Amino acid sequence: MTSLTIPGPLAAAPGSGWRKAKDRIATTVIYGSFLLALVPLVWLLWTVLSRGLHAITSDGWFTGSQRGITYRDGGGGALHAIVGTVEQVALCTVISVPIALLVAIYLVEYGRGPLARATTFMVDILTGIPSIVAALFIYAVFVTSFSGQRAGWLVSLALVMLMIPVVVRTTEEMLRLVPNELREASYALGVPKWKTIVKIVLPTAMSGIMTGIVLGVARVAGETAPLLVLVGYSPNDNSNLFSGPQGSLPGMIKDQFGNLGSTTILRGGHKVSVHYAADRMWGAALTLILLVMALNLLARLIASRSKVSS
Amino acid sequence: MAKRIDARNLNIYYGKFLAVADVDFTIAPRSVTAFIGPSGCGKSTVLRTINRMHEVIAGATVQGELLLDGEDIYGADVDPVNVRRTIGMVFQRPNPFPTMSIYDNVAAGLKLQSSRMKRSDLDVVVEKSLRAANLWDEVKDRLAKPGAGLSGGQQQRLCIARAIAVEPQVLLMDEPCSALDPISTLAIEDLIQSLKQKYTIVIVTHNMQQAARVSERTAFFNLAGVGKPGQLVEIDETQKIFSNPTEKATEDYISGRFG
Ligand SMILES: Nc1ncnc2c1ncn2[C@@H]1O[C@H](COP(=O)(O)OP(=O)(O)OP(=O)(O)O)[C@@H](O)[C@H]1O
Ligand SMILES: [Mg+2]
Repeated sequence: MTSLTIPGPLAAAPGSGWRKAKDRIATTVIYGSFLLALVPLVWLLWTVLSRGLHAITSDGWFTGSQRGITYRDGGGGALHAIVGTVEQVALCTVISVPIALLVAIYLVEYGRGPLARATTFMVDILTGIPSIVAALFIYAVFVTSFSGQRAGWLVSLALVMLMIPVVVRTTEEMLRLVPNELREASYALGVPKWKTIVKIVLPTAMSGIMTGIVLGVARVAGETAPLLVLVGYSPNDNSNLFSGPQGSLPGMIKDQFGNLGSTTILRGGHKVSVHYAADRMWGAALTLILLVMALNLLARLIASRSKVSS
Repeated sequence: MAKRIDARNLNIYYGKFLAVADVDFTIAPRSVTAFIGPSGCGKSTVLRTINRMHEVIAGATVQGELLLDGEDIYGADVDPVNVRRTIGMVFQRPNPFPTMSIYDNVAAGLKLQSSRMKRSDLDVVVEKSLRAANLWDEVKDRLAKPGAGLSGGQQQRLCIARAIAVEPQVLLMDEPCSALDPISTLAIEDLIQSLKQKYTIVIVTHNMQQAARVSERTAFFNLAGVGKPGQLVEIDETQKIFSNPTEKATEDYISGRFG
């Protein structure tokens, strides 16, 4: 419309020329912003990949630990860290997902009145809790009050507090996306409400819920504060969630970062300086990213399966 | 099988808002009754009270009695889930379950109502329902494909098959053809003719010709005035409603003088 009221340079042919120019400008701006947004992502991935690839392709990365290895030594693996992170996150997921799903189902399908509003409010608050605060809370309860020992499972508990709000939020959104018509179609067949939720609503929202769970896992897998407070870091193998310090990928990144330093070695008759700790730090970072990505793929696979077979 | 429906003094509310006031009617078994009237007069609302779908909406309530073969379905000890098993419903927009195949859509009612049926028995019911809905020949080779992959008219017939697979005694249809082309519409009208041998059918429609073609009796609903609740103006033989209605409002509506 503006092209008619503002006589531009193309006033002789109002409309088409200016309109095309506007279209081109808008297109350029949109693609430009898209590329701009991509820059940090690609940059980050490239940095981690190029610096970490050397470590994770080295011998023993997925089979060894860092036992007795200093920044002057090459080699060693990340198995102890992978095991720790996987165990802690798995326990956290097993506790969080059922609770979060039930809360989301309550909020969307049943929640009315003050209790629902209070629940939403709590979830909001939980979303904003910094991980270090969650960690201190767990420490205060289990270590100070009940004089327990620091261990991996306490990390899981702290992570639960961070994961639940993420999964509740995304699940809630996914459930609200399920059209009411489907619920009504099911009720009209004489199907009780709970069965409608389990057999119609959840399967319809399944792929979105899976994505939400993976987002939650990704959110907690890289958390460092609870590790520092609740389990510390060990370079040795320890697959026991319930006793002793445990390795973890964020813990390993931090540990290697704290011991950066170069060593001079002889290679082919020349003296070269190498950074073993830095290599391993990037390797651990890359491993963490790969872990989350693998999980993402797995979730997609499960979601697409469940859609076909239900 | 088919049952008779008596509405006595129905007042239907959304929260405090009285949507439809003081409705009385009787619907004979094995008949087709059409609900007509201007938009917003409460046709869908009345239809949804017949199988207790109205109360699914938050705050929605019903006063009065609705008798199914003499038994009040709003009685204190009546489970709405059982009412809906007896009184099936087809909606305005086709709504097959998107995660399910054509077969599973038709079998959904039986499977979800908890009855454990043998696969062979289920096969029989699915075929019978699809045949009754005039859809069998079109889908028999792709029963395992998703129901959402059918055309709109096929989806609506799939929804009808799904509704009759659980063998209800009454079938309610809320503008079942409004999203369909003339050919699919005819297919569904034919279907209604054959279904009335077994079921009591109530159909809401904005299409007068359709009401005249498929129904034996017609109920005309109207708004008493702006901001006033909807009401049932009259219910009578379809032929009488369309040729010589008792009420002036009905005549005006039918002849297109308002609405
Ligand atoms: N979910 C709802 N909440 C509140 N009011 C509603 C709701 N659904 C319908 N109403 C109101 O109830 C009255 C009757 O609506 P209803 O949908 O029954 O009309 P209708 O005759 O089916 O109209 P149409 O021909 O357009 O489908 C209207 O005033 C409408 O605004
Ligand atoms: Mg309606």
